[in-house]
Amino acid sequence: MRREEVIKDLRERFKEEIIDFFDKSPKRVYIEIKPEAILKVSDYIFKSLSARFNIASGVDTRYHVEILYHFIFEDINLLISLRVKLDKKKLEIDSLIPIFEAANWIEREIHELLGINFKGHPDLRRLLLSDDWPEGIHPLRCDYKEWDEKAIRDRGV
Amino acid sequence: MAKTIVPIGPYHPLQEEPEFFSLTVEGEKVVDIDVRIGYNHRGIEKLSEMKTFDQSTFVIERICGICSTSHPFAYTRAVEDIISVEVPERAKYIRTIIAEGERIHSHLLWLGLAGHFLGYNTVYMWVWKLREEILDVMEILSGNRNNYAMFKPGGVRRDIKQEDIPDVIKKLDSIIPSLTMIKKAVIDDPVIHARTKGIGVLSKEDAINYAALGPTSRASGVARDVRKDAPYGVYDKIEWNMIVTKNGDVFDKVIVRILEVLEAIKIMKECLLTLPKGEIDLNIKDIPPGEGIGHVEAPRGETFHYVRSDGTNRPVRHKVRAPTFMNLPTFKATVVGETISDATIILAAIDPCYCCTERMAVRNIKGTKLYNGEDLIRLSQEKTEKIKRKMGL
Repeated sequence: MRREEVIKDLRERFKEEIIDFFDKSPKRVYIEIKPEAILKVSDYIFKSLSARFNIASGVDTRYHVEILYHFIFEDINLLISLRVKLDKKKLEIDSLIPIFEAANWIEREIHELLGINFKGHPDLRRLLLSDDWPEGIHPLRCDYKEWDEKAIRDRGV
Repeated sequence: MAKTIVPIGPYHPLQEEPEFFSLTVEGEKVVDIDVRIGYNHRGIEKLSEMKTFDQSTFVIERICGICSTSHPFAYTRAVEDIISVEVPERAKYIRTIIAEGERIHSHLLWLGLAGHFLGYNTVYMWVWKLREEILDVMEILSGNRNNYAMFKPGGVRRDIKQEDIPDVIKKLDSIIPSLTMIKKAVIDDPVIHARTKGIGVLSKEDAINYAALGPTSRASGVARDVRKDAPYGVYDKIEWNMIVTKNGDVFDKVIVRILEVLEAIKIMKECLLTLPKGEIDLNIKDIPPGEGIGHVEAPRGETFHYVRSDGTNRPVRHKVRAPTFMNLPTFKATVVGETISDATIILAAIDPCYCCTERMAVRNIKGTKLYNGEDLIRLSQEKTEKIKRKMGL
């Protein structure tokens, strides 16, 4: 499939789910979708269009927490980023593990760094933070404050 | 049979990324594996948000000591993606040269250590001697044996001197005969065959499911390489071959890496010989608001950076994804079902940060038996000896 066909296919198939479509450059496309549709859309992209899952990345903005799921179509050199915006009151989204195993670690990472609950993840243990890190404190949130007075983290040292 | 848990790691003075594996074994056979990382979590993503775009290149260069160029390379491409600019031609050539030099020394380092774990200390010594030559080349080109600090958003920081190029090419040529000999020695050696063929097989389906990257997936028949699929630098202007094998075992991973070293020397030489004249830097002043993605093929696979800018001089978000992050979970598919004396080389075969395997302890649940790391390497080396005796070598 060529680039235009992939984009047209996605736009038509997920007309209901797509909120915003941003064709940034020949190699990069950003698609904002409804959070409920993430399983459906990534399943189609991964299985039917056989794209490779690069990674997901989370960003805390003032009003939402955004998660971007990056998929690369290697044959046509196109990187599609699926963007979901989660309401800060309800930080929950479906886990992608039923589709591919590669989502396992990154969901654990986003869970501890941004505090997002991945529904259906079999094993949401800590991945990076140490065992003495307190529960409920997420270092990549905007409102993160140093909790340990003795630590030299985050003082620009 | 009683199940035993074998903890591996996490600390060793040599390693750069401590990892902790806990293998569940039944007798000799591994039945389950669990990995715990985060012992060296330095918060670089958070740190990068406090640095300017220019300073960040130095911070992220220190993410890894071996593939120190791949991170700045991906990061600068992400920043250039925000502005939508192409760097000058000469800068592209210099970037490619540095990235390939790094691939050569990283693969040679891995090959030497793999030899050591299989009980071939001669390979270890030889290969690391060859690696010295490459480190000298990198010192001539960049001034440093490691952490080259050559990259900046919009170009490179230092130029390559025309009068250094003949010396560099001579040094590169000098290691080709020894490498070819090592390649033949590995391909022909019956003991290496017996130790690595059919061991730790990663099937093509698993490689896709786990989204494995780099030599780990190319050894399983997934013909994917960022340098070919999404060309950057000058990889689309130069003739080179992507190395793909189909068995997915440890032997194929060795072969892919050895052949890639030879390809990398070819690319590096051609770049040096056809280096065009011109500017090396765009002198970027302002980064507009927006988001950018940069990905390059590091020695271990694709390095992926996502950068978001809000128009100030600092990134608001900088996501770093190193290749080992995707390759490590494949252990679940490769180690389970193998014997514990093979676990060392299988764990090593994806080229993780590696020296963790030197510090292992085997303990049975009741705590009656205790082996340390040396014992496990000894187990692995003894197996090689046994095979050698059986073959009458």
